[in-house]
Amino acid sequence: MSQHRVWVYGDNVNTDIIFPGKYTYTLKTPEDIAAHALEDLDPAFATNVQVGDIIVAGENWGCGSSREQAVTCLRYNDVPIIIAASFSGLYFRNCVNQGVHPIICPELHRFLQTGDIITIDDAHTTLTLPNGRIFPIAPLSPSVRAIFDAGGLLPMLQTRFQPTE
Amino acid sequence: MSGMTFAEKALARAAGLSHARAGDVLDVRPDLIFSHDNTAAIRRIFLEIGAPRIAHPERVAVTLDHAAPAPTTMHAQNHAEVRQWVQEQNIAHFFDVGRGICHQVISEEALILPGETIMGSDSHTTHFGWLGAFGMAVGRTEMAALWATGEIWVRVPEAIRITLNGAPPPGVTAKDIALHILGRWGSSGAAYRSVEFAGDTISHLSVDERPVIPNMMAEFGAQNAYLSPDETVLNYIQARTTRPYTPLYPDADAVYSESWKVDITTLEPQIACPHNPANVVPLREVMGRPIQQAFLGTCTNGRYEDLAAAAEVLRGQQIRARLLIIPASSKVLLKATQSGVLQTLIEAGAAIGTPGCGPCMGNHMGIPAIGEVTISTANRNFRGRMGTAEAEIYLANPYVVAASAIAGYITTPEEFLP
Ligand code: SF4
Repeated sequence: MSQHRVWVYGDNVNTDIIFPGKYTYTLKTPEDIAAHALEDLDPAFATNVQVGDIIVAGENWGCGSSREQAVTCLRYNDVPIIIAASFSGLYFRNCVNQGVHPIICPELHRFLQTGDIITIDDAHTTLTLPNGRIFPIAPLSPSVRAIFDAGGLLPMLQTRFQPTE
Repeated sequence: MSGMTFAEKALARAAGLSHARAGDVLDVRPDLIFSHDNTAAIRRIFLEIGAPRIAHPERVAVTLDHAAPAPTTMHAQNHAEVRQWVQEQNIAHFFDVGRGICHQVISEEALILPGETIMGSDSHTTHFGWLGAFGMAVGRTEMAALWATGEIWVRVPEAIRITLNGAPPPGVTAKDIALHILGRWGSSGAAYRSVEFAGDTISHLSVDERPVIPNMMAEFGAQNAYLSPDETVLNYIQARTTRPYTPLYPDADAVYSESWKVDITTLEPQIACPHNPANVVPLREVMGRPIQQAFLGTCTNGRYEDLAAAAEVLRGQQIRARLLIIPASSKVLLKATQSGVLQTLIEAGAAIGTPGCGPCMGNHMGIPAIGEVTISTANRNFRGRMGTAEAEIYLANPYVVAASAIAGYITTPEEFLP
């Protein structure tokens, strides 16, 4: 079991709001990228986010461009999971490849407020709301599971091709 | 159980399965993967992975087209790095400077066939839907992963069916169809779904016109786009390869998240205004706007028929705005040379460039000056796309681009056609 504080957002939050385009070529270090996460949507986020916090959003989270920083700015803040009613396809791909677990849960954002705590079991099969209500989490395919377990696509391949003794 | 969409069938096949459903995550082995000038950058990620060699060099294609011939020493170094890598890794399909644009060359060489799956580290890989193939763009890390293992995970996309009805009126081309769809449903209309075209309009389009539609579906947010391969496509393949293949067609009872219909018989020429390919209006609404440059080329509209269409308008005329023509491939250039089309274009005052992407993404060979307006046959007119943010780009079909070059302002070919 792990407990996660949630940050709740609405529909159609695009990649420019998650990580402003003006920074894509100027900010390079994980600390700098993390510091500007969600800056135009919720200035409180980057200052107050804690390790293990997760995002719970509405429809079409991450629409817009293919920039990977829109995922890494959250990962560098140690956000391990993003739950949304739906994801843009490219954002979903980027999440998996960056080792952040995208969970599709159509109603969840209606039942939660920023600051609520939810509980997720270790195998990521169910999540439990503060009021005890339980939502199932669709299982990941084995190949995608392997990417998360390794921390992302690049680390997974590194482990496969450069095994340590 | 309901039937399958094209995307479901193609990805099931590429994963070695008999069945797949939208939402399934599959390990897919593409029949061909390709990259272009970005091959050197992908190589650096590949080296980080630590894989000994490219797993299946026989399934890899590389073209040098985005800045070809090299405009600077830096570009030349990049090309040199790519050539060395191609040799070291025994990459089977390499096309050096001048052969043409990746999507066009791979089509001409029939390296991908109906029903097959192709992935490219280029956003317009949706292009290959014109052959009835599943074409999908991937990022650089994903391409490095494909080199290392030959496979990658894919979530089977939901699909939209767009039925195109009727023959296009004279002067209306596949470009106008694509622009109309973008204008009507917006630049995220497809929302990373499979866009599967049906209807009798397709049979009215030539092999040179067809790629325009799936190519431009990248601007629609599509993961892939598909035209049903008919006799025209099968004949094109037959003339180029003896490799066996099985075309795939969606089932009649496949499940689509949307089904849209477009009546092509009443369509008029369209134009995309700055700075978005979905910012589309009927051509007549912007006629008379002055332009300084006209650009005919790119993977969207740089094929032989596009050059021939321009020649039809330009015969016996002289241009007032500069006209840049860059054939999509050396085969296009050769055919235009043999048929006399090239001569007509040069006599009208056009400048001809080496087959490749040219100024499409602002690398070289026709960057506009600050404040200038370009009318182009390309697929994308984002601010800054051709090199400077202080320039405007309009997107239109080749007849309109040629006519506008003669006039010096945006106009219709009727003004000049006999
Ligand atoms: S012609 Fe333009 S759109 Fe096509 S591959 Fe080249 S740069 Fe990309």
